[in-house]
Amino acid sequence: MSRLGTIARRSFLIGSAAILGGVAFGTYAYRRPHANPIAGAGIGAITPYVLIDPQGVTIITPRAEMGQGIQSTLAALVAEELDLPWDQVRVMHGPPAAAYYNAAMLEEGVPFAPTDESWLAETARSAMAIPAKFLALQITGGSTSIPDGYDKMRAAGAVARMALVQAAARRLGVSVETLRTEGGAVIAADGTRIPYADLAVDAAASDLPEVPPLKPRADWTLLGKSLPRVDMVEKSTGTAIFAGDIRLPGMRFATVRMNPAIGAAMTSFDATAALALPGVEEVLALGNGVAVVGTTTWAAMQGAAAVTFDWTAAAYPATSDEMRSQIAAAFTAETVDATARDDGDVTQMTGQRLQADYQVPPLAHATMEPMQATAHLQDGHLTVWVGTQAPGFARRAAAKAAGIAEENVTLHTTLMGGGFGRRSEVDVTVHAATLAAALPGVPVLVTWSREEDMTQGPFRPMATARFSGSVRDGVIESFDLAIAAPSIMETFGERFGIPMAGPDSTLSQGAWEQPYDFPNYRVITHRAPRTVPLGFWRSVGASHNGFFHDCAVDELAHLAGVDPLAFRLRHLTHLPSRQVLEAVAEMSGWGAARPNRAFGVAFCLSFGVPTAEVIEVEDTPDGIRLTGAWAAVDVGTALDPRNIEAQVSGGMVFGLSAAINGQITFAGGHVEEQNFWDYEPLRLRQCPEIEVRILESGAKIRGIGEPGTPPAAPALANALFALTGTRARALPLSASFRFA
Amino acid sequence: MTTTLTVNGISATVDLPEDTPLLWALRDGLNLTGTKYGCGVAACGACTVMVDGVAVRSCQTALGDVAGASVTTIEGLGTPAALHAVQAAWIAHQVAQCGYCQSGQIMQAASLLAENPDPTVQDIDAAMDGNLCRCGTYPRIRAAVLDAANRLREV
Repeated sequence: MSRLGTIARRSFLIGSAAILGGVAFGTYAYRRPHANPIAGAGIGAITPYVLIDPQGVTIITPRAEMGQGIQSTLAALVAEELDLPWDQVRVMHGPPAAAYYNAAMLEEGVPFAPTDESWLAETARSAMAIPAKFLALQITGGSTSIPDGYDKMRAAGAVARMALVQAAARRLGVSVETLRTEGGAVIAADGTRIPYADLAVDAAASDLPEVPPLKPRADWTLLGKSLPRVDMVEKSTGTAIFAGDIRLPGMRFATVRMNPAIGAAMTSFDATAALALPGVEEVLALGNGVAVVGTTTWAAMQGAAAVTFDWTAAAYPATSDEMRSQIAAAFTAETVDATARDDGDVTQMTGQRLQADYQVPPLAHATMEPMQATAHLQDGHLTVWVGTQAPGFARRAAAKAAGIAEENVTLHTTLMGGGFGRRSEVDVTVHAATLAAALPGVPVLVTWSREEDMTQGPFRPMATARFSGSVRDGVIESFDLAIAAPSIMETFGERFGIPMAGPDSTLSQGAWEQPYDFPNYRVITHRAPRTVPLGFWRSVGASHNGFFHDCAVDELAHLAGVDPLAFRLRHLTHLPSRQVLEAVAEMSGWGAARPNRAFGVAFCLSFGVPTAEVIEVEDTPDGIRLTGAWAAVDVGTALDPRNIEAQVSGGMVFGLSAAINGQITFAGGHVEEQNFWDYEPLRLRQCPEIEVRILESGAKIRGIGEPGTPPAAPALANALFALTGTRARALPLSASFRFA
Repeated sequence: MTTTLTVNGISATVDLPEDTPLLWALRDGLNLTGTKYGCGVAACGACTVMVDGVAVRSCQTALGDVAGASVTTIEGLGTPAALHAVQAAWIAHQVAQCGYCQSGQIMQAASLLAENPDPTVQDIDAAMDGNLCRCGTYPRIRAAVLDAANRLREV
């Protein structure tokens, strides 16, 4: 339990005035001083998560909703303690604010002594490694929202409930012990019922504890249950509002065309033909491209296609082959980024040996919603609507682009049509703010074309692994994995002006912290030269390191002549990891493959979640079909099982899309893939039924947006080997196999 | 240059070039933003609407070609207060994650069920194959379409 600040009466009143004219309750767990966004300097102990006004209770869920259901689960944490019925719950994202910092991203290593090198401690640090770079940022990512919010949001609900009960006690002249809460109201022994909304103002006078007691799990009525998501009706009726769905009087619609040599400058452009098209109003230079403004998005896109450009060339290698060669050349002593793990002596190889190179290509995020943002500059104040995983970053970037102070920017975080890490970038926010500043008084919606979205990055990096290992007497004797890739954090730091000293832990994430007990076990990372802009792609380093590591384990199992699932269990004493493997074995009917079919298993512990997956494939006359998929995860404590199931199966589909077809290739310094016809995600007919089992070890609660992705590619590659005898060590697998 | 068509049962006049895709006439001309832009080349299905009861990709349907036609968008299929059976099934199965593709998925499913009230899983896979979902909601889409078929039969 984090230490909670004292909550002063004055804070409520100031808070209520500053937010929405209601009363805001909250608790704020902090280890470092942050400016209070609401109350101003000197009152540093309140963060509003609960807002009560005459219309009822609104729960502020300051993590962005990109499909992962986080706003529903965060709201349930508050509602549980507040005894607020689910059908009375309303949520809002809230403004970008220091108070909404993601504490889980700041607590790297906190639960463990620096000398603690247990797998658990190392895993926890690893999960925090990326976000630790985001000091003092409100950000959604890294599967951290639940670890961050689990105590904090419940405490906010508990404190608000206590304040309301005290207010009712004062009003009724009874002791708090005689009161209970139910159905969004305080109820007295005589049956008198006072709705929360009627108590809100009086509640501000209550004395509140630093650490409110929380309900034991046995008393939960909302948590642990599958609740209908708060955004489900709007998303099923076309009424959900994404950044591109803002409509304002006098609005203009824009798109951009940027140098296909990513980041390189534009020498000149000619907009004559574009400006002659109906509906095209303005063409504005952006430095490395142009924005075209028109009366419709279509007019703007037609205009962008009619602009002619003189581009400068890319500053990075022109082709994928050259990039791959750079990475291959990076396996040297000079390029070592970190020796992430070095147990025993990996040179001790007396048994049967395996040497293998594995490769993965760069990937685009390809969210269903291309980058979009709306902005409006009025009387020196800029309002921005954008789906962003980092609203603080976005607001700062918008202010800079518009040339105004940050306090003159209001940023609304809208729903996102998929995030997957892509929306931690601020590029489209900058475009919208730039155009709004160029067209004061005119609201502007910027929509990137799918082609811009596909070709401009940032990408999941290209990466190569070199493996050397041995088995003896049916077990792994030595496991030595070297991974080389350009650094995500290096290019991210460049884009955001954040110095990124030290090793990039994303280079080894998903490999070095695996809970296997190999006696001789080494993971070394090499930093290859920077090429194109790189970003966080669902599960980040684990998206490729999980493939490298698990495929190597699978190859060693076959080399040892041991069943691959039993082989993994032979090297695991960590109980939750064993249990997820045993679960998928049982669920899939492992070991009894049907005719023309085969199973593949994979295991990866990422973001603290041990995850095992099994995929079944079938050889058919039309090609190879995926006929079944099973996953088991251990999240510590499961708050909403149906939503966890959706995240695991969805993460698996995301991984399978990449494994089968996903690749970004370069020629002449330009990305070759343009749209969904040549960067084709998995389609419905290719998607097997997916069964998910959720285990709860009771260990630290974990987020689940990412862990479903890493085992998908190796499970499929391992299944394909079992089916065909062909071992594919490079993705995408469609280069080696024909899929139906 | 005006085009008159019926949108969600109401006559609408749009003052845009006839080659404007219906998608953008709906979104930017008529402020009906439930229909989404995903690819612009009929490769993802996010823009699916019904024209005279049949699912089409609105990004590849010219405004001039639907003059006088009856267009149904997600907003016209049903509303939060009066859900269409497909929407009710989508909610019951908690299909949506990010939700961006779901307007198109639902319109495609409604069109399928209007044509084939008792689809097999294979029929569903074939009919929904052009609708991409990056969140991976496919298994729930399958289940929801089967459920919607049941709901429609019971009406």
